[in-house]
Amino acid sequence: MIDAIEKKLLHEVAELDSLPVGAYNIRANGQLQSRNITANIDIVTKEDKPGIDIFIKPGTKNESVHIPVIISQTGLTDLVYNDFHIGEDADVTIIAGCGIHNCGGGNARHDGIHTFYVGKNARIRYVEKHYGEGDGRGKQIMNPTTVIHLEEGAQMEMETTQIAGIDDTIRKTSGDAAAGASLVIREKILTVGDQHAVTDFVVDLNGEGCSANVVSRSVAKGHSVQEFKSYINGNCACAGHSECDAIIMDDARVIATPGLIANNVDASLIHEAAIGKIAGEQLIKLMTLGLTEQEAEEQIVNGFLE
Amino acid sequence: MLELKHVGFETEDNKEILHDVSLTVQERFVAITGPNGGGKSTLAKVIAGIFQPTSGQILLDGVDITHLSITERANLGISYAFQQPVRFKGLKVKDLLSLAAGRNTSVNEACNFLSEVGLCARDYIDRELNASLSGGELKRIEIAMVLARGTKLSIFDEPEAGIDLWSFQNLIRVFEKMCEQTRGNILIISHQERILNIADTIIVVKDGDIVRNGPRAEILPALLGSADVAGPACDMLTDKMEGSVTP
Repeated sequence: MIDAIEKKLLHEVAELDSLPVGAYNIRANGQLQSRNITANIDIVTKEDKPGIDIFIKPGTKNESVHIPVIISQTGLTDLVYNDFHIGEDADVTIIAGCGIHNCGGGNARHDGIHTFYVGKNARIRYVEKHYGEGDGRGKQIMNPTTVIHLEEGAQMEMETTQIAGIDDTIRKTSGDAAAGASLVIREKILTVGDQHAVTDFVVDLNGEGCSANVVSRSVAKGHSVQEFKSYINGNCACAGHSECDAIIMDDARVIATPGLIANNVDASLIHEAAIGKIAGEQLIKLMTLGLTEQEAEEQIVNGFLE
Repeated sequence: MLELKHVGFETEDNKEILHDVSLTVQERFVAITGPNGGGKSTLAKVIAGIFQPTSGQILLDGVDITHLSITERANLGISYAFQQPVRFKGLKVKDLLSLAAGRNTSVNEACNFLSEVGLCARDYIDRELNASLSGGELKRIEIAMVLARGTKLSIFDEPEAGIDLWSFQNLIRVFEKMCEQTRGNILIISHQERILNIADTIIVVKDGDIVRNGPRAEILPALLGSADVAGPACDMLTDKMEGSVTP
């Protein structure tokens, strides 16, 4: 049974207050907690390694899959391989997420390796949220890896959010796109205290007319450190755009390393990066509306990560 | 009523921007004009609390606000529309209007404020105040924020700049209406004759000093070079204003 702590984690990472409608697979403390499949979506436990295969039939429309992972035991290391096989012309939403509640002295760690095989002309929206809490000495650690293969005309939108709570994270995302495929990644990160977050994107644009758009917005507070790496390889006539905006506060550090590699004369690649503290004029503007400096700062940060 | 007594302002590197400025704002519309670099915007910032004066005193309705913060002055009833509006990544027009109004503004309320400045709420409330908005759009939203605040003193720093297709008439109507609703004072920094034409009082600031201060009829003709030019323009605008004010 799910206890109160686990319920809260489920709410934070997947906005689930009860069992979801449609297909789901809830993993708690390294074990399957509950699962539901539908006529179009099958979930099968892997036999050679921890994890699941999710099969979405071609043409499946307007269905969703929830696959939250929660950890409430200290000292637990959970490694999971989840593979998504999305059939041609499907149009689905996948909501993943990992919540850790660690009140013990040991580290709690979840490493999720998610691989997407997105069929021709399928559309997928993938939402993942990482959340950690705990007053113990142990750290909350998450290292999500996402691998995306887009067939011709496939479209994927990935939204990934990590708002504080995670002490150490290396987030790796790689993708390849066939002709006419499109990949959009939106990342939001807030780090506080001594947290350390690494984001590493590599996208190969292989097919004529495919595109990638990577947008990262982050706020680094306290003594936290963030590293943002992004490489877009344009191997054909394609369009790649990456944008990294970071607000730096207190004694934090932000390192942005954008990379654009054009291997074809028709590859059109753009990168925008900006790191800076909150502009003084933004604070002043909100103060002239009656907000204190601290309230103004909160509004600017919240809006930025909205 | 706003009162400045012998206000001076020097930058950190001891450059004097305002010398000895004394003025009162008690009429509905007070316009400040003068050559570029003369200290007009600095004066507005000193009133809003963005710059602390290095000498003199500022009173709002008799209360000494000289050493109050920007926030405290805002809460006492001073609004300030920037000459160059600030962009915010992530904050939307409805967020800014809500912050300005001090409460969550409904779509209807936002529509009221935005339509006053010639913008359709449906197209704008969910827009971020980022680089996707033009200078003119930002300028109108800046004015809408002051409308949403509805305070007793509203300062506008060159509100006409960037107001493209939207006519001056509407801008003037906004000021008229604001006065009716707040029963307060409006201080406008402007170079535009058409704005100066609606002022009750015109103050000319040059090299950090007030060089002229008086009723429009007295100041404007001299500014325009001759009374012949100014006279008919005033009448024409007065007629237009009367025609444009909604009952």
